[in-house]
Amino acid sequence: MAELFSKKNKEALTTPLLKNNPVTLQVLGICSALAVTSKLAPAVVMGLSVTIIVAMANVIISLIRNTIPNRIRIIIQLVVVAALVTIVSEILKAFAYDVSVQLSVYIGLIITNCILMGRLEAFAMQNGPWASFLDGIGNGVGYAMILIIVAFFRELFGSGTLFDYPVIPQALYDMGYINNGLMLMAPMAFFLIACIIWVQRAKDKSLQEN
Amino acid sequence: MAANKYVCKICGYVHEGNNAPDTCPLCKAGSDQFAPVAEPAAEGGKAEAPKKKGINTNSDMYAIIYAAIVVVIVAFLLAGVSSALKPMQDENIRLDKMKQILSSLHINDVKDAKAQYESVVKKDAIINAAGNEVAAAGGFDVANDAITEDNLPIYVCEVDGEEKYVIPMTGQGLWGGIWGYMAVNSDGNTIYGVYFSHASETPGLGAEIASDKFKSRFDGKNIIANGEVALEAVKGRLSNEATQVNSISGATITCNGVNAMLKKCLGNYKAFLAAKQQPQANVEPTTECCEGACPEAEANATEE
Repeated sequence: MAELFSKKNKEALTTPLLKNNPVTLQVLGICSALAVTSKLAPAVVMGLSVTIIVAMANVIISLIRNTIPNRIRIIIQLVVVAALVTIVSEILKAFAYDVSVQLSVYIGLIITNCILMGRLEAFAMQNGPWASFLDGIGNGVGYAMILIIVAFFRELFGSGTLFDYPVIPQALYDMGYINNGLMLMAPMAFFLIACIIWVQRAKDKSLQEN
Repeated sequence: MAANKYVCKICGYVHEGNNAPDTCPLCKAGSDQFAPVAEPAAEGGKAEAPKKKGINTNSDMYAIIYAAIVVVIVAFLLAGVSSALKPMQDENIRLDKMKQILSSLHINDVKDAKAQYESVVKKDAIINAAGNEVAAAGGFDVANDAITEDNLPIYVCEVDGEEKYVIPMTGQGLWGGIWGYMAVNSDGNTIYGVYFSHASETPGLGAEIASDKFKSRFDGKNIIANGEVALEAVKGRLSNEATQVNSISGATITCNGVNAMLKKCLGNYKAFLAAKQQPQANVEPTTECCEGACPEAEANATEE
């Protein structure tokens, strides 16, 4: 077990959470971060699906990395990712129909998520299956974390709800409080992510660029 | 010629040269973030060859065969998964359709949708635009995109001893399709309940058409006034309480889509609904001319 969690493997798992977060530092997967964060529930499921798919794709690519012809490696990676996403979506349709109805568009969007291509190309092509698996989990969770933070603020101030349960007391509305519809627009996700990047880099000077 | 490759651990940038660069040109990471890549530059496949016992992974033939094998494996895998799960998915889709129909009748959160559906829906007939019955059953199997003027499904339901008619509707929202079911009381005009859903409307704005808040606004409204489908969602003050509901602010295009859907789909059933109204006191003097005016009115509706 000690070997399974060597320093290098641990790093593969933990650095993407903060120090090398896929959204705020690698700046990958921004497009889907805009699309799915106006409510918490889709953000959570999206984060979960991406975590599972990026981990599985990382393992598969890592296993066959020495046989992949260099010149068509991107195509092979894309085929693996697309196949995985399709299978996950089919399984959801068969066993969790309600969830899949709610998320059909977002599941398909995972194929276009740059985190997958980025991690396959940068990590799984050079590392073993176990390290790649940890890297996939780490990046997926790092991505999910940002999504959930952004969705929390957008749903709270945009709709006054969390997971569709109203949290802002009626008394506040009676006093004239109005939900901020701007929070539901895609650009607000950009501003929120920018704020997160700002806070993160202000706290950790080593992340700042010149 | 470059001898080695270095890959940036942060962003995946690949640098070619004898040493790792001082900073990454993409993400500005320091040279300590670069790891050497074992594989040689694309031209020289010889370093990899000993490992593979003579197979040159960089040759064109290898790439073509490799791609073909991968594609065939994936194709069989997907075909297998898809055909293995197809019956379950179809069943889910049928159950979901039943749930949607029940939801328009204010029957929500059903556990056994099939049993509930069979006890409520007495008949799924097919009618034509003139209001005549074409088939006594099979309306359920008419796909929403197969609905035409001669092929109109109608669900005759019984809730609390009263007869209700459920009319399926389909239309276009802002980003994709919208659809719904309209449950009409036996008087052929008053709305009992409605169900709306959508494929991909904006969450928080257009997607709100599926919320109870919006759907409940339709309860008790009238569909037809003066022989036309008058039911619509409008902005601001309602000029006619009986047939208008408030639309959703910020979702103008989706609400326009809902209005177009109501006009088009309910318009097809005008003759059927008018026939249900007649036994009642003749509140509507224009009922008669409605039937004659139907094709024209539909043409107008589609234009809008």
